[in-house]
Amino acid sequence: MSVLEVKGIMKSFGKTEVLKGLDFSLEKGEVLSIIGSSGSGKTTLLRCLNFLEFADKGTISVNGKTIFDGDSLKKLTDNEIRENRLHFGLVFQSFNLFPQYSVLENITLAPTLLNRGTAEEIKAEAMALIERVGLSDKVNNYPCELSGGQQQRVAIARALALKPDILCFDEPTSALDPELTGEVLRVIRDLKDEDSTMIVVTHEMEFARNVSDKVIFMADGVIEEMGTPDEVFLNPKSDKTKNFLSKDIEKV
Amino acid sequence: MSFLEVTAFLANGFVFSLIIFAVTLLCGVPLGLPIAFCSMSRYKPVKAVSKVIVWIVRGIPLMLQIFIIYYVPGLLFKTPIFSNIDRYIISNFNIPDDGLVRMLLINAGSLVSVLIAFSLNYACYFSEIYRGGIESISKGQYEAGYVLGLTKSQIFRKIVLKQVIKRIVPPMSNEIITLIKDTALANCIMIPEIIKQAKELAATKAMIWPLFYTGVFYLLFVGLLTILLGRLEKKLSYFN
Repeated sequence: MSVLEVKGIMKSFGKTEVLKGLDFSLEKGEVLSIIGSSGSGKTTLLRCLNFLEFADKGTISVNGKTIFDGDSLKKLTDNEIRENRLHFGLVFQSFNLFPQYSVLENITLAPTLLNRGTAEEIKAEAMALIERVGLSDKVNNYPCELSGGQQQRVAIARALALKPDILCFDEPTSALDPELTGEVLRVIRDLKDEDSTMIVVTHEMEFARNVSDKVIFMADGVIEEMGTPDEVFLNPKSDKTKNFLSKDIEKV
Repeated sequence: MSFLEVTAFLANGFVFSLIIFAVTLLCGVPLGLPIAFCSMSRYKPVKAVSKVIVWIVRGIPLMLQIFIIYYVPGLLFKTPIFSNIDRYIISNFNIPDDGLVRMLLINAGSLVSVLIAFSLNYACYFSEIYRGGIESISKGQYEAGYVLGLTKSQIFRKIVLKQVIKRIVPPMSNEIITLIKDTALANCIMIPEIIKQAKELAATKAMIWPLFYTGVFYLLFVGLLTILLGRLEKKLSYFN
């Protein structure tokens, strides 16, 4: 059974159709990279999965259970939306750490408010996560004292603390200096080794190619091409994909 | 009158200034919050009503608002409510012959009307500061809270509030310092605040210097406020 199944997702903002019916599924432990030029709807798709936007049509199922159906959208209560969100984690392009909280507090805040265990358990788990993202020496620092790469690693630990079924990354390295992207991508790669299911919207083609099990190329709100990294990167079928990938090579 | 006697006489007046200051903060600071929420409401009528109230309160002089609160209920009910309270207290209580307690008792009714006017006025100013502070918090902070499964109220209380407080401390400090000086307006309905007291000395004892001496009281208090508010600002400077 797929951990995530997305069917016919459509989303418009006013008259602009951003997502024009997307279907894909994801198995447990898989890493899906979504590539494509700006404005192709990648971020909107992630935001629909995390219920920051609500798709107009289509269904989202997690572990076989339909958690979203565009036809019965109005029936979802705030509490149901919150519970649905917890199937997903989201790491933002701009980190969005809570500035008034230390690294540790950023990670423990949500588990504490959601009563995910005793204070000691939550702290112990948070410390383990901080170690995993390599920031054990920054436990009590505040976000303003960290580099962008370190902040993003905290954000990853914060998302992991709630043990989401699927962890989403929205261009996690786009706001970082080039020399800092490596440390963040390494953390994501390590997560793959631990069997986390992830969706990564990225412009890092090397990363998408080497780390993902599945790649989706999006253009103009549709899935233009989907397959293994080799299929998409080495034998793209659609002209749009070929065009996009050749531009990426030109750039280099 | 000796210097010390004048100081004591003015200090009694400054007690009125401090009462107006403290009660206005105590009522105005919390009252500003619902007004700010109404001004940001999705419901157009609520928003419109709130904006009109803020427009009126910020648009006319505080002195005029004091007159309105003091006189208009009397005109509506055909009897001067606040001065009736003063008269009731004077005729039913054992009033000391002089001193601060006497001053407080015989002016209690009028003082209430001033406190209402000041609290409403400052709540409206505070509400605009709160609104600016709340709207300055990036959408990303709310979204980070949402994806962590937090409720709207948890997001406001645990994430947004402290950031808002940090941002509004400088403009609030400004208003608070203005407030202690605005209390002088209470003398327009004969509340014996410090400047009214000084004018009293000028009128009855032909002493003009106490009027200028009142500035020292304000300066000392504003100095104290500046230190306290500066400390609060520093305490919140550990994050951006």
